[in-house]
Amino acid sequence: MILDSKIPAGSLAEKWTKHKFNMKLVNPANKRKYEVIVVGTGLAGASAAASLAELGYNVKAFCFQDSPRRAHSIAAQGGINAAKNYQNDGDSVYRLFYDTIKGGDYRSREANVHRLAEVSVNIIDQCVAQGVPFAREYGGLLANRSFGGAQVSRTFYARGQTGQQLLLGAYSALSRQVANGKVKLYPRTEMMDVVTIDGKARGIVTRNLITGAIESHSAHAVLLCTGGYGNVFFLSTNAMGSNVTAAWRAHKKGAYFANPCYTQIHPTCIPVSGDHQSKLTLMSESLRNDGRVWVPKTKELAEKLRKKEIMPKDIKDEDRDYYLERRYPSFGNLVPRDVASRNAKYVCDEGRGVNETGEAVFLDFRDAIIRDGEDTISAKYGNLFDMYQQITGENPYQTPMKIYPAVHYTMGGLWVDYHLMTTVPGLYALGEANFSDHGANRLGASALMQGLADGYFVIPYTIGDYLAGMPYEKVGTDHEAFKQSEKEIKDKIQKLLSINGKKTVDDFHKRLGKIMWEYCGMARTAEGLQKAIGMIQELRKEFWSDVKVLGTGDELNLSLEKAHRVADFLELGELMVRDALHRNESCGGHFREEYQTEEGEALRDDENFAYVGAWKHMGDNVEEELNKEPLVFENVKLTQRSYK
Amino acid sequence: MSWVTKTFSSTLGRKLLMALTGLFLILFLIGHVSGNMLLFKDDGGQAFNEYAKFMTTNPAVKILSYLTYISIIGHVIVSIILSSKNKKARPVNYADSKAATNSTWNSRNMGVLGTIVFIFIVVHLQNFWAQMHWGAIPMVTYESGEFKDLYAVVNLAFSNIGLVALYVVSMILLGFHLYHGFASAFQTLGLNHKKYTPAIKFIGSAFSIIVPAMFASMPIFIYLSTLK
Amino acid sequence: MNLTLKVWRQKNSSDKGGFVNYSIADISEDMSFLEMLDVLNEELSEKGEDPVHFDHDCREGICGMCSLHINGKPHGPQQTTTCQLHMRSFKDGDTITIEPWRAAAFPVVKDLVVDRGSFDRIIQAGGYVSVNTGGVPDANEIPIPKKIADEAFDAATCIGCGACVAACKNASAMLFTSAKISQLAMLPQGKVERKERAEKMIAQMDEEGFGACTNTGACSIECPKGISLTNIARMNREYFSAIVSSENV
Repeated sequence: MILDSKIPAGSLAEKWTKHKFNMKLVNPANKRKYEVIVVGTGLAGASAAASLAELGYNVKAFCFQDSPRRAHSIAAQGGINAAKNYQNDGDSVYRLFYDTIKGGDYRSREANVHRLAEVSVNIIDQCVAQGVPFAREYGGLLANRSFGGAQVSRTFYARGQTGQQLLLGAYSALSRQVANGKVKLYPRTEMMDVVTIDGKARGIVTRNLITGAIESHSAHAVLLCTGGYGNVFFLSTNAMGSNVTAAWRAHKKGAYFANPCYTQIHPTCIPVSGDHQSKLTLMSESLRNDGRVWVPKTKELAEKLRKKEIMPKDIKDEDRDYYLERRYPSFGNLVPRDVASRNAKYVCDEGRGVNETGEAVFLDFRDAIIRDGEDTISAKYGNLFDMYQQITGENPYQTPMKIYPAVHYTMGGLWVDYHLMTTVPGLYALGEANFSDHGANRLGASALMQGLADGYFVIPYTIGDYLAGMPYEKVGTDHEAFKQSEKEIKDKIQKLLSINGKKTVDDFHKRLGKIMWEYCGMARTAEGLQKAIGMIQELRKEFWSDVKVLGTGDELNLSLEKAHRVADFLELGELMVRDALHRNESCGGHFREEYQTEEGEALRDDENFAYVGAWKHMGDNVEEELNKEPLVFENVKLTQRSYK
Repeated sequence: MSWVTKTFSSTLGRKLLMALTGLFLILFLIGHVSGNMLLFKDDGGQAFNEYAKFMTTNPAVKILSYLTYISIIGHVIVSIILSSKNKKARPVNYADSKAATNSTWNSRNMGVLGTIVFIFIVVHLQNFWAQMHWGAIPMVTYESGEFKDLYAVVNLAFSNIGLVALYVVSMILLGFHLYHGFASAFQTLGLNHKKYTPAIKFIGSAFSIIVPAMFASMPIFIYLSTLK
Repeated sequence: MNLTLKVWRQKNSSDKGGFVNYSIADISEDMSFLEMLDVLNEELSEKGEDPVHFDHDCREGICGMCSLHINGKPHGPQQTTTCQLHMRSFKDGDTITIEPWRAAAFPVVKDLVVDRGSFDRIIQAGGYVSVNTGGVPDANEIPIPKKIADEAFDAATCIGCGACVAACKNASAMLFTSAKISQLAMLPQGKVERKERAEKMIAQMDEEGFGACTNTGACSIECPKGISLTNIARMNREYFSAIVSSENV
């Protein structure tokens, strides 16, 4: 199949404007005749559900949490980018576009990214109108900060809780539509399957997590806003419930999965403290503005630190290696996420890690405190320092923080065209669930932007173009396709419950995570990836013969919920590895050790790999088929990133 | 439902009633305690008896006293309604609760304190108020005319150590009730402000110590003077 | 460390439920409280017993999903969320009592999981500014004094966990409701609908069966985000001024 990205013709800056005019509209009186299903209620899902309901569509919104407000968008800390240029520092839509394309290591579509930059300004207006309390200056206007190494201040923020405030804004808009009767909410309901009829997405099948009831919901279009799949690594900064199940089941129904290997590893997370670890906690990237990253110069000193024979403060300046400042004199501690992460891995691989597990580096505020005083530092980072102390029991004002990279975001996702439609007509993917805007690496403060752009300002236009061609008639949930799907799900549940093996679901998840982190994490090799494929296949077999899922299908059953999710991760994991293996280059969040410059930087191969790798499901346990969507760059010149 | 009934059947409307009646009763306490200070006057009870007559006959005072009765009854009835709603809001209690770490004992036991204070009020009314209105009270004659000798009734009553103890204990409990209730009423009315709330809290604390102490000093003083 | 856990187990909403004691060994003080429960659940699963169900998701203290009443206090001994509580707050040999939030408006679903849909319905009653997507003024069109913006933000940090209800002797939802009413009443965007909002949200709060406020202040002390009681006072003002001046008869 040829992947048609449906990018409109015309100059970059005019594509979206012109296309909005060219798309078909649904008459206001007819909108109420259409049903739209939205799965997931994070930034993308809540904003889409609210906006579509405002337009007059009938929306059903689903989430597995007990309330839409719990979606993991809520945990985003830093901020949201928008090309408002309120600071008069040279920002523009084009600059945000350019930074995003470059930051993504030239692996995203120009047209999508430009549209994202264009609508970014509307997002801020919308959120302020909803009552989102962004940070303000004394004059009463909005404040901005520079974030993630950007050279302009374009990040809007609400202390360290921007994601929370934006999500609560979208949640309030959603709640208003629930009150208006235009959105019907289904909390604690997990999507188990997409139902296609005549090749089009016509509904979903869900499991009520409280009663276990398997239910069908019919609609004219289905939107998946179900986030990323970072939890395939078991340990990540994602919420415990974040999963790939909705996207994966859609993939099995014909939606291509694009660039699954692009994974963002965030450099400033609290290190793993032991085997009991259930998740990792992110510390905002802003800490690198004042903290200095270092490890001891020698393995011997590091060894003594690990054995607690010496304390960090006992190490003299000349024995410290401020490795980011040393290797990247101009960007120093503010190099992009992937570079900072990889370097932390290198120094730890050399045996210079500083905690008991040998997988941590210092982030030291000593000099900043001497320079600015403890009060200033506390005003900037107080809540982060408190959080760190709460988790680790160490006081970062007195001893350097320990940090280590952790999986944070997945740039890959369901392949979508310019309309955000997957390869299944009528099935859309929004936010982190799609692959579209961040290329091989996402810039800080851009995830919130993309989620809301998709939900508030893209899908309300593009869905009309599709629905205008759809008949009003609903398909009954007694249609054979629904019944078939329900039966398959019930069989699968029965299967999981009947294996009655010896190992718990978490046990499999942890083992999968270890394989992924070891072979498909920060640095990958062809050899390791080959090995990982075999290991994952083995693990999957073992899962289906030896997993122990307790309880029954018709009650709240955490181990059954997890089993479904882990089963899907076990399939996705293999695809990620295959994608990483086929991509014989390094770019952004995908680093293959064989492909690096002499200085150890990612070496892209634009000639052979400037494409989106979209995988087609060919059946269970059958190798997936790779389809390529070439990336055409008409406006930017591809350059090697350099932060020296 | 009209907006009025709707308001007073809402939790906040009822809380408003609690606060307003409570504050009115606080005002009443000020009047009551100041008048009763006449008991300390060394004139054989003349000023007190004259005051007692004034309080039972003056039409303006009558209106105020009816308001006081309404406030007491209103305060009690609304609190019963709210308490039963509160009880229903938590049908199953915690097996382990460390409420003492997040709130004061009296704030959590306003109902208990209030009930005891209410019983005290009934006893108190029976002791003096009912006597004054319908009791067979000895008469006493001053230059200004003939008066019911309530002073003698008071003296007789407080020669009983048991009754004195009951009054003193009740006043302590009233103090606890006020210690929370005073500032709480302002909070319910929405009067919480950085500038004024500390002052309200201070005055409330002082009030809830001083006024019950003044009341309690009366039976003690009288008891001690009957010993002589 | 070795601990005894006294955990509330309840099969479903109609089951009566009761406490079950579990012994758990070799707990590291670096574990979070929920990781300690993960360990318990792994042990139970291996033995073929139903794991203890509890709500949790982000484990970063922000989603508001975790909701355990630990040793007599919502979210345990520290002023934080359950997920941010670490085992170094406990001693070897401790007995830890774990209960679900107790409120009629938060019915128990299973074990320690409760249904907080009532909070959603309070927000649906009016916890929003009625603007549609698009067609809004430029974000800098309405200047908002920094102090006001900051105070609105303080109210807006509520994570909807329900600890305020759990802590309150009356299971009252005043702190939750007032945080949203306050946030929107302070901001110019929210002022247009403030009367309507106060009346509707409070009516919904009553309908859900939450108790009244006795101003004990327990809610604010136990709130992991430290939402202030001034919000309740502001809500009361909003409500009283709404009932005397709104157009709703």
